[in-house]
Amino acid sequence: MTPAAATRRRARSPALASRAVLGTLGLLGVGAVLEVIPRTGLVSPRYLPPSSEIAVALVREAAGAAFWRALLDTAIGWALGLAIAVVAGVVLGVVLGSVRALRAATASTIEFLRPIPSVALIPVAVLLFGAQLRSVLLLVVYAAFWPMLLQVIHGVADVDPVARDTALSYRFTAWAKIRYVLWPTGLPYIMTGLRLSAAVALILAITAELVIGAPGLGKEIGLAQASSAVPAMYALILVVTSVRLEAAA
Amino acid sequence: MARLRQLALVLALPVALLALCWLLLADSTSFYAPPLRRILAAFGPTWAPRWASEDASSIALLVIGYAGAVVAGVGLGIPLGARPRLRAVFEPALELFRAIPPPALVPAVKLVFGWGPATNVLVIVSGAVWPVLLNTIEGVRAIDEVLADTCRCYGITGARRLYVLVLRAASPQIITGMRQALSIAIILMVISDMMVGSSGLGFTILEFQRGFSIPEMWSGILLLGGLGVVLSLVFRGFEAVALRWYHGLRRPQRGDA
Amino acid sequence: MTPLLDVRHVRKVYDGHGRTVEAIRDLSFSCAPGELVCIVGPSGAGKTTLLKCVAGLLAPTGGEVVLGDVRVDGPPPGMAVVFQEYGRSLFPWLTAWDNVALPLRQRRTPPGELRRLVDGALGEVGLADVHAAYPWQLSGGMQQRVAIARAIAYEPRILLMDEPFAAVDAQTRADLEDLTRSLWRRHAMTILFVTHDIDEAVYMGQRVVILSASPTVVLEDLAIDLPGERDQLATRSTPRFAELRARVYARIQQAKQRSTT
Repeated sequence: MTPAAATRRRARSPALASRAVLGTLGLLGVGAVLEVIPRTGLVSPRYLPPSSEIAVALVREAAGAAFWRALLDTAIGWALGLAIAVVAGVVLGVVLGSVRALRAATASTIEFLRPIPSVALIPVAVLLFGAQLRSVLLLVVYAAFWPMLLQVIHGVADVDPVARDTALSYRFTAWAKIRYVLWPTGLPYIMTGLRLSAAVALILAITAELVIGAPGLGKEIGLAQASSAVPAMYALILVVTSVRLEAAA
Repeated sequence: MARLRQLALVLALPVALLALCWLLLADSTSFYAPPLRRILAAFGPTWAPRWASEDASSIALLVIGYAGAVVAGVGLGIPLGARPRLRAVFEPALELFRAIPPPALVPAVKLVFGWGPATNVLVIVSGAVWPVLLNTIEGVRAIDEVLADTCRCYGITGARRLYVLVLRAASPQIITGMRQALSIAIILMVISDMMVGSSGLGFTILEFQRGFSIPEMWSGILLLGGLGVVLSLVFRGFEAVALRWYHGLRRPQRGDA
Repeated sequence: MTPLLDVRHVRKVYDGHGRTVEAIRDLSFSCAPGELVCIVGPSGAGKTTLLKCVAGLLAPTGGEVVLGDVRVDGPPPGMAVVFQEYGRSLFPWLTAWDNVALPLRQRRTPPGELRRLVDGALGEVGLADVHAAYPWQLSGGMQQRVAIARAIAYEPRILLMDEPFAAVDAQTRADLEDLTRSLWRRHAMTILFVTHDIDEAVYMGQRVVILSASPTVVLEDLAIDLPGERDQLATRSTPRFAELRARVYARIQQAKQRSTT
């Protein structure tokens, strides 16, 4: 590509600074539309309160201890479940990824178990644990385990054959093999797996709280809706959204 | 012979696991984990009468919601992908919407649309549209410049350009988005049954659990699992056909023939 | 004779953020109907920019391009382009046959006529037996043959070729050069052939337009007085070929030195 062509490409998409401005304008625009629609009565404010009211409700929520308690509960369920899923996924993934025969033998089982929707386990969770943290964990671990496992299996299988042979011919110790061959290749896959698992884990944590009633933000959203505290409900939805944005960053 | 060996590899572990469950639970007197044969025996009588009526409607709503999400995501993604300025304005807002955990929207949708099939469909659409939309934008944005110039030179415009260039060039990303959307849609189908409806697959299974009809509950979980597996197989078949060119193109580039 | 293609004082300035790059300063040349003109210049001479201006893919900052007697402001009908990046100019989801047929379908060519044109074009480039293959199943040289077949099936008045053989191996390249020349003679097309390869320019062209480094101007418009019947071995070993080649080379070297000092 000639320098001229590169310049042209840059000229065609707006520069970073102006993109940020446009994007902020877009967000403000959405906020303004959400403010105006209920005020004009296009949608009843009973269903969709103006964004300013949601902001007020957010501040009020943040002043209460119950909110922080719920946030903490959600964070614990999410982080603990994710941690269990990640450890299990990495350990099993490395084992299955490095032994060809095991990988071949388990592939069909994994392919069968993975698409089973984790929410199908909700009745089991309720039955066994009730509206408790352990219910949340069951769902979160099941859902977050698969992306991690698959990424690690791919990562280990992706190790450059030349690097593997080099390690073999220089009689690397097991530690050196992990440190210099497995780890650098696998790391990007683990990061991808972590990102996918983290997103799924949060969704399942909220689901468990909403549907089963385990303590946490999801439960609070359900309660707010049931008690017609509509602005508070939207404020809480906004909170879980920003938790997810934080988790993704 | 190699075929046979492969078949054995595919089947060995699932059969072994199933047999293990069967044996372990054969004389189970546990209330929560009844013998497998009782679950299987409950399967037919439980679902055969429901199949035609309320529970088929869950799947119908899933199909409608998923189709709606795909159409809306692709339809909005194409103009957004093609216009940098439009994209710059809307992308952060879209990222925000995408980040809303889909189940959290269920109470809001329920509030606005009440109790009815429209709510289930809207819940599914509102959660499943984002991966399709954002992946479509990515795909359209990354259309090869030379290919786009080729179309301009030969005067290929309008509907033919949309079909031959835009949709096909973006199809790998669109299909990635559709795959993510499918698993979200299934989750949301079950959740919206459980939270909104007074019928549907998810609702019925939850009812069994509440009524302590344990074998029936397990049969429902098996049904949901089977549904997930079947839909993912169908999707994989679709992907293999739609992206044949893409996998063919990628194979030599990755260097494993 | 009135020229088919007339490039008049074309100037192209890229306007980046806070800096402008003058890619082409002032370029004028023309092609008579049926001519094969080669454009040669050092890398970074804005050859691709020029070709895109001629093709109507880029609007020049100043001057104009006239095809027939119509000013070009967008890809004109009756013009086909063969790009350097054959891997990116063929549709990987269409077979070779469908790739060639696509522009004709857009033009609503009747089916019988369409089949005749596509089969004929693929036959002419020596690909009569790979109709159903996808581009990624073909070698680089074969892919470029498909792109050429697409261009000739389109029956253009003028064919633009942008360093079409820069990315194929030497043997294939020689074959494709001869193929292009024979197609040109058979179809009486006008061809504008852009290359950075001096040998190729002299071997292929009736005229060679030599460009300076960027910001680009025309250094010389050189008539190639080699016989029309050319042969990779015989033509390239004639003294006249060596002279012309040396002359183009000297011109380009001169321009390079001037731009670096």
